[in-house]
Amino acid sequence: MNKREFLKKGAIAFIPAAAVLQALIRQAEAGATSGAGAAGSPTPGYEPRDHWYGMGIEVEKCIGCNRCAEACKVENDVPPEPFFFRTWVERYTVKQSGETEVECISVNPRGERKTQDEREALRSFFVPKLCNHCAHAPCVQVCPVGATFTTADGVVLVDSTRCIGCRYCIQACPYGARFFNHHTNTADKCTFCYHRVVKGLLPACVEVCPTQARVFGDLRSKASRLVRFQRMNKINVLKPALNTEPKVYYAQLDGEVR
Amino acid sequence: MKLPEQVTRIVAVLALIVALVLLVRFVLIPPAYFSTTVHESATVRREVARPVNFAGAVACQDCHAEEWDRKAQGYHKGLACEACHGPSARHAEDPMSVKPFAPRDRKFCPVCHAYDAARPTGFPQINPESHNPLKPCITCHNPHDPVPPETPKECAACHAQIARTVALSAHALLPCATCHTASKEHRIAPRSALPSKPQTREFCGQCHAGGTANPDAPKVELASHGGGYLCWQCHYPHLPEGRP
Repeated sequence: MNKREFLKKGAIAFIPAAAVLQALIRQAEAGATSGAGAAGSPTPGYEPRDHWYGMGIEVEKCIGCNRCAEACKVENDVPPEPFFFRTWVERYTVKQSGETEVECISVNPRGERKTQDEREALRSFFVPKLCNHCAHAPCVQVCPVGATFTTADGVVLVDSTRCIGCRYCIQACPYGARFFNHHTNTADKCTFCYHRVVKGLLPACVEVCPTQARVFGDLRSKASRLVRFQRMNKINVLKPALNTEPKVYYAQLDGEVR
Repeated sequence: MKLPEQVTRIVAVLALIVALVLLVRFVLIPPAYFSTTVHESATVRREVARPVNFAGAVACQDCHAEEWDRKAQGYHKGLACEACHGPSARHAEDPMSVKPFAPRDRKFCPVCHAYDAARPTGFPQINPESHNPLKPCITCHNPHDPVPPETPKECAACHAQIARTVALSAHALLPCATCHTASKEHRIAPRSALPSKPQTREFCGQCHAGGTANPDAPKVELASHGGGYLCWQCHYPHLPEGRP
């Protein structure tokens, strides 16, 4: 076969091959959407585009009982080691001297606090933390394989079959909300309990919170508890200067909280 | 000026290559090949398929109506059943063979109710080492309707910190009722019937103004002492000799 002949046959073979490829991909895409119901709905009767989820946290109400972190571990099969969390609680102690002490009480809930003498403390409080499900998430931007993405209802998820475990997203998250799951060898994080939310249940941490310090809701619905929470409280988000537009809203947040 | 022939040829070949690449990228290869929809919807389906462990408080209501109603009246009304009883979705599916956890010893209640300075003011807290040691909490408190087992008789039962402070102060021998009037309701519903507090300088002046009867109380000239400030803006009445 000389060069001229090769190019001719190649051009003739290329066009039907591309058409077959196109048809295959169309089929796969149609299967993906129809298998999940119309317009990519994950469960029947649920339209992701109608929702935009967020969480409200009332710092004053948190009693630091760590029920949320424990419930999250059970609900989401988070590795049992006491340093992997999808949600956790920090104790802030602002001292008379002006320095601030932060302890993650979820690591050792019954442990001794660092500041033993209460007279040293100016004020002290608990701050529950989790993935902020940012509208402009830095972790989504840095993922080199597109394994992490924002769903139509505003939840940042990780595709564990695509994730190559490069840990860029763990570095990029300004809130330290991601960790490396060494069982799956992928990045892992809070999903707002997506499997519960689409069924109309509350995330596990919101469900068990004994003082209703956590409020979950849909920002697209004026009647949701979260919108009411935003209406009734002065709201702050963590690290607003980064323009990540977090969707975890804190009420009565102290300026010392980072 | 006429371009040399090899230039026109190379331009033609380059234009052809560019046109081919554009054709392949934008016409032949379907946009879905570059889109992430397929992978994303697969991930969403995988997430949605995960098992639910916490059934949600509403699921308990059907069978446990009595406990539900009792809890709805009490201080634990905002508490979900599974906050204490643990994840119970499997119990809700098969109530007979799977039983949820029921905390009965002293370890569980202090998770929320042990004293911690970071806990919000007003949240009921005890010191587990001194609060009826070794006695399980449920012998005195019903967790579905937790109230103190009896109406407190003394102010110190709830205001222990103030009682300890006053005991060391010059006001140690004054009963609380000297300065505060607390109605009977305050003992049952402390926050809806608040006790009174002194409102005026003249109230402290009953003992501390010059020329009053009490010989032990230090005297001041009420008209000039401290300017327009109220007494408790400088002196803490529960420890008047202490630094304010």
